[in-house]
Amino acid sequence: MTSVLEVKELSKSFGGNHAVNNVSFAVGAGELLALIGPNGAGKTTCFNMLMGQLAPDAGEVLLDGENLVGLPPRAIWRKGVGRTFQITATYPSMTVVENVQMAIMSDKKRLFSFLPYARNLYREEAVTLLDLVGMAEQADRAAAILAYGDLKRLELAIALAHKPRLLLMDEPTAGMAPSERIKLMQLTADIVADKGISVLFTEHDMDVVFAHAHRVMVLNRGEIIANGSVDEVRDDPLVREVYLGGGTVFADKEESENA
Amino acid sequence: MGPFIAQFLTGLANAAALFLVASGLSLIFGVTRIVNFAHGSFYMLGAFIGYTVMQLLPGAFGFWSSILVAGLAVGLIGVIVEMLVLRPIYRAPELFQLVATFGVILVIQDLALITWGAEDLLGPRAPGLKGVIRILGEPVPKYDLALIAITPFILFALWYLITKTRLGVLVRAATQDREMVAALGVNQSWLFTGVFFLGAMLAGLGGALQLPKGGADLLMDFNILASIFVVVVIGGMGSLPGAFIAAVLISVLNVFGVRYMPQSTLVLMYVVMAVVLIIKPYGLMGRKEVAGEHGQVGEPEQPFSPFGRRGRLIVAVLLIALATLPFLGSKFAMILAIDIIIVCLFAASLHFILSLGGLVSFGHAAFFGGGAYAAALMVHYAGSPMELAFVLAPIITGFLAIIIGWFCIRLTGVYFAMLTLAFSQLLWSLVFQWGEVTGGDDGMVSIWPSPWASDTTVFFYLTMIIGFGGILVLRHAAHSPFGYALRASRDSAGRAEATGINTKRVQFVAFTFAGAMAGLAGTLFVFSKGSIFPTELEIGKSFDALIMVFLGGVKTLAGPLVGASALSLMQDYLTRFEYWRLALGLLIIAVVIIAPEGIAGTSQKLAARWGIIRRDEVQ
Amino acid sequence: MKLITKIAGLAMASAIGLSSVSAFAAETIKIGEINHYKRMAAFTTPYQNGIKLALSEVNGAGGVLGKPLEFIYRDDQGKPGEAVKIAEELITRDGAVMITGTIFSHVGLAIASWAGQKKHVYLAAEPLADALVWAKGNKYTFRLRASTHMQASMLAEEAAKNPAVKYATIAPNYAYGKDAVAAFEKALKKLRPDVVFVTKQWPGLFKIDAGAEVQAIEAAKPDAIYNVTFGGDLAKFVREGSTRGLFDNRLVLGLLTGEPEYIDPLKDEAPENWIVTGYPWYDFKDGANKTFVDAYMAKYSERPGIGSLVGYMVVKTIAAGITKAGSTDTEALVKAFEGLDVATPIGKIHFREIDHQATSGAFVGKTKLKDGKGIMVDWTFKDGANYLPSDEEVKAMRPASK
Repeated sequence: MTSVLEVKELSKSFGGNHAVNNVSFAVGAGELLALIGPNGAGKTTCFNMLMGQLAPDAGEVLLDGENLVGLPPRAIWRKGVGRTFQITATYPSMTVVENVQMAIMSDKKRLFSFLPYARNLYREEAVTLLDLVGMAEQADRAAAILAYGDLKRLELAIALAHKPRLLLMDEPTAGMAPSERIKLMQLTADIVADKGISVLFTEHDMDVVFAHAHRVMVLNRGEIIANGSVDEVRDDPLVREVYLGGGTVFADKEESENA
Repeated sequence: MGPFIAQFLTGLANAAALFLVASGLSLIFGVTRIVNFAHGSFYMLGAFIGYTVMQLLPGAFGFWSSILVAGLAVGLIGVIVEMLVLRPIYRAPELFQLVATFGVILVIQDLALITWGAEDLLGPRAPGLKGVIRILGEPVPKYDLALIAITPFILFALWYLITKTRLGVLVRAATQDREMVAALGVNQSWLFTGVFFLGAMLAGLGGALQLPKGGADLLMDFNILASIFVVVVIGGMGSLPGAFIAAVLISVLNVFGVRYMPQSTLVLMYVVMAVVLIIKPYGLMGRKEVAGEHGQVGEPEQPFSPFGRRGRLIVAVLLIALATLPFLGSKFAMILAIDIIIVCLFAASLHFILSLGGLVSFGHAAFFGGGAYAAALMVHYAGSPMELAFVLAPIITGFLAIIIGWFCIRLTGVYFAMLTLAFSQLLWSLVFQWGEVTGGDDGMVSIWPSPWASDTTVFFYLTMIIGFGGILVLRHAAHSPFGYALRASRDSAGRAEATGINTKRVQFVAFTFAGAMAGLAGTLFVFSKGSIFPTELEIGKSFDALIMVFLGGVKTLAGPLVGASALSLMQDYLTRFEYWRLALGLLIIAVVIIAPEGIAGTSQKLAARWGIIRRDEVQ
Repeated sequence: MKLITKIAGLAMASAIGLSSVSAFAAETIKIGEINHYKRMAAFTTPYQNGIKLALSEVNGAGGVLGKPLEFIYRDDQGKPGEAVKIAEELITRDGAVMITGTIFSHVGLAIASWAGQKKHVYLAAEPLADALVWAKGNKYTFRLRASTHMQASMLAEEAAKNPAVKYATIAPNYAYGKDAVAAFEKALKKLRPDVVFVTKQWPGLFKIDAGAEVQAIEAAKPDAIYNVTFGGDLAKFVREGSTRGLFDNRLVLGLLTGEPEYIDPLKDEAPENWIVTGYPWYDFKDGANKTFVDAYMAKYSERPGIGSLVGYMVVKTIAAGITKAGSTDTEALVKAFEGLDVATPIGKIHFREIDHQATSGAFVGKTKLKDGKGIMVDWTFKDGANYLPSDEEVKAMRPASK
């Protein structure tokens, strides 16, 4: 399997504490890869390094063989990596469709263009994307007044705006009702399957993980302790030990995580 | 060696009042996050009250008690201000309070005028400390030595208060994390009031203490304001030792500046400030600002859209109506309209970065005055015609904005505001002290329009075209992809960066663009008046623009125009009365309390509520 | 949005409508008087009293051209930009026929430039900078008081009689201060080529750091000091200087320092033995000066200042000028003011055709403490006509076209 993303010996420590220690893995083309682990395992740190928000102490992040380490988030995005945030980040002063248009304008390098009306630019493309996530009828509402689940879907539409090859989703279903979680993840799975996008996501809700992930990696204390199919990981005694022995259960609803 | 030490001691003595006032400002900011523009007014009140009490209490005991009484009295005045003016608006948008404190400045100015009259009062000399002591043969006034001794004592007392008492613990905790203190069940509003008392008292003490070296006059408030901002910013906002070090640094530097570089004392102060901030953006002893602390407060603005056909029609009709002014109104009406259009453009340019970009600049006058001076210098030295000046002056101002922006854009929130203030003051001091080129205080005169445009009617039309042209360009930019990128950078920098937007670059370009547009307003201004003076670069000018924007409403595109027109008309009308500052100040405070969204924002809300306009028509 | 635009438009329109109403009804001849009323109250209050005293005399005698003279007083807060705006307003909205007033020279220069451009007469009363009638003079600007050149020359004449060689100067860093120092230096060097200026201090107007200034002057070890500071700056400078012994055994000259407005606030700290220009109102025994002082004190029950005298002379000058012109037309006024002779308490003054400067003189004397306040003693009155440069020099300085 060709891999889109390859992570080699990635490390980061904060004041002697190894948040991420020598982590290596790869994301295959079209693969839906889940990164799980108890709180403080280093998932978000890992994510932030992949997205360029945090500089690793050592290691490489290769996107189709090209090293992303040292690039700022916006450059990594331009290379074809989209992301959603654990706590949604949208532009509350704009309408739903404008949020998506903004990302398309950025992709088309129209950020410094003064002449056209932004609201007319790439509106159709944006509405198509909204349609994809089932938000088309809300296109002209203010993003500020959306329900949380809708914001998550809007974020997904934004993340798809520049036709990414890889999508990084940090707890895509955090803060949603359980029934909504499955729906959103199903939607995501369908879209990426359709478009051939690879996805790396972290998740607390094991139902979501086991229902949709092609493969699961388990991070504990900054190290990968398991990496395999859903069934393999579920039956892994070490994983059970980490989750159960650490006082954390699979159904943990805790949303927050230390960076 | 003797003269050197004597000069050093003079600097130390001068630092006393500066430190007291600055530490009060710093404390208030640290805990309440309010940038109290009225702090200079507290200082002035301390001087006046101290003077009055000294007339009543004789002798050395009377003198020193008077200083204490002045401090306490000003502290109480601070409490009144906090409870009446600031408490109702703690929930208002970011930095909105500064408009209210500006209103307080105006009110206090006139109340002081009414109470003490306009004449400068020469402070009484300290009983028992009138003479000098010779140190290495150099005369050093005894009172200077007293001040030098008092300052560390007050620093120590403050340090004790902050580190060893319960109030101090709360103050420190609030400085670090306000939500936490609130969560701990501390009554936050009383903590704020207490801090205001302390801060105002320190300013009052400072004012009373400097009496024997100066006196009390009505210009003291603004004269010290710039210096204390410099001190607080160099020292680090919220840091007392920082304020002390910076006060000493600035004062000593100033004394030596007077001796060795008499023409550049002011420039020196601001250069030091700029250098410190470039190396240590949060001041010598300041903390890095907690991210997100100064994000947008209050509900986000409504999405807006360009005018539809009806809107454009209305604007066109209004413009045509205004264009008939030369046929209907008097010559003065045209002149007033010219003034208003110019300030509208100025306010709109500030609004562009402040509202759309979320960058609150305290130094926007640098570009207004900068544009005006650029045009004036071109006309004066190069004999440039007006037409060329209209093209080049805004471009020059744009370059100025590039230079200033390069340093400032790295910062956010109040540190950004302070650094822009520093740079605009640096520019002001350059213009003020580089008299050979800029005319200094005398300004530059005889900068008149080309003959074809010198008639008031013609210049009125020219102003309409350029002024409204500029405003339309700014408005259009708000609707363009660039304007959207700017809003995106403000709304969620993380999202913007994660979708390929270089937020700092977008802000940098916006800052430059807004600077150039302010420069255009300045160019119009200089040709309409025929002269330009450093007052157009002063803090007050930047404040004017801020007040116009906040008064009109930050979160609407019409805000700056409404605010600028309203403030200009109020000023034009009120300045005919003796105590117009009092009236204007009260009016500003009233607007701030009644309509925290500004005039335009609040009337839109009301109109929507009463069904006059549809909700979605609100831009 | 649209509503807001409408409201703004309405507000603008109504303001404009209001402003156009008041311009007419020319029962009186209106004179626009702009001054720093609040900022320089110590000067402007007696000044305004002087104006009112003269107005009651002029109007009591039937006014000018059969109409009463009316002054409209406006405060410019000491800001030149504001002053220009008000000047425009006084002419276009209030119907003033000419402008007078101001103390600060830079404000005066700004109005003068405006007057030259917009062709309105400006009688500068108190701004003393030489540039006003010379380097930046124009057809429409006239000056009443003895200029910096004239007063500095008078002081230089006295200074030259002293053996002092090394001079220090301290002056506010704006037009008046700069012209006052330049004029003094030129006049003194003419009389005493051996004199050197060892330091020149330029504190910002009303921004003096007196302790530092005094130390800087002391460090230059001058024999004599020429002071141009006034108002609050002067008080701080005198206090620091006296405390630190700067004035001990030194010749000190003070431009305007003897004027009651500036020396009275010093009370018992007023310096002694300075050679100053000023106004010894307490010393007049008879003549027009005495008549004026008596009339003033009878009306206001307080001492006149030099401002009172200036205000009084302003009205008398304008009345004489309009009477001579026979109309309030600007060009007629200009013609009338050129060569105008006016009888004033300090004698007849003449507005020179060549530069529009009046030949007003000044009082020069020595300061002394008496009953806890500073006064002038051994004073003489010097006629301004004797302290003006030659016509050739004036022509060389004044822009040719005007």
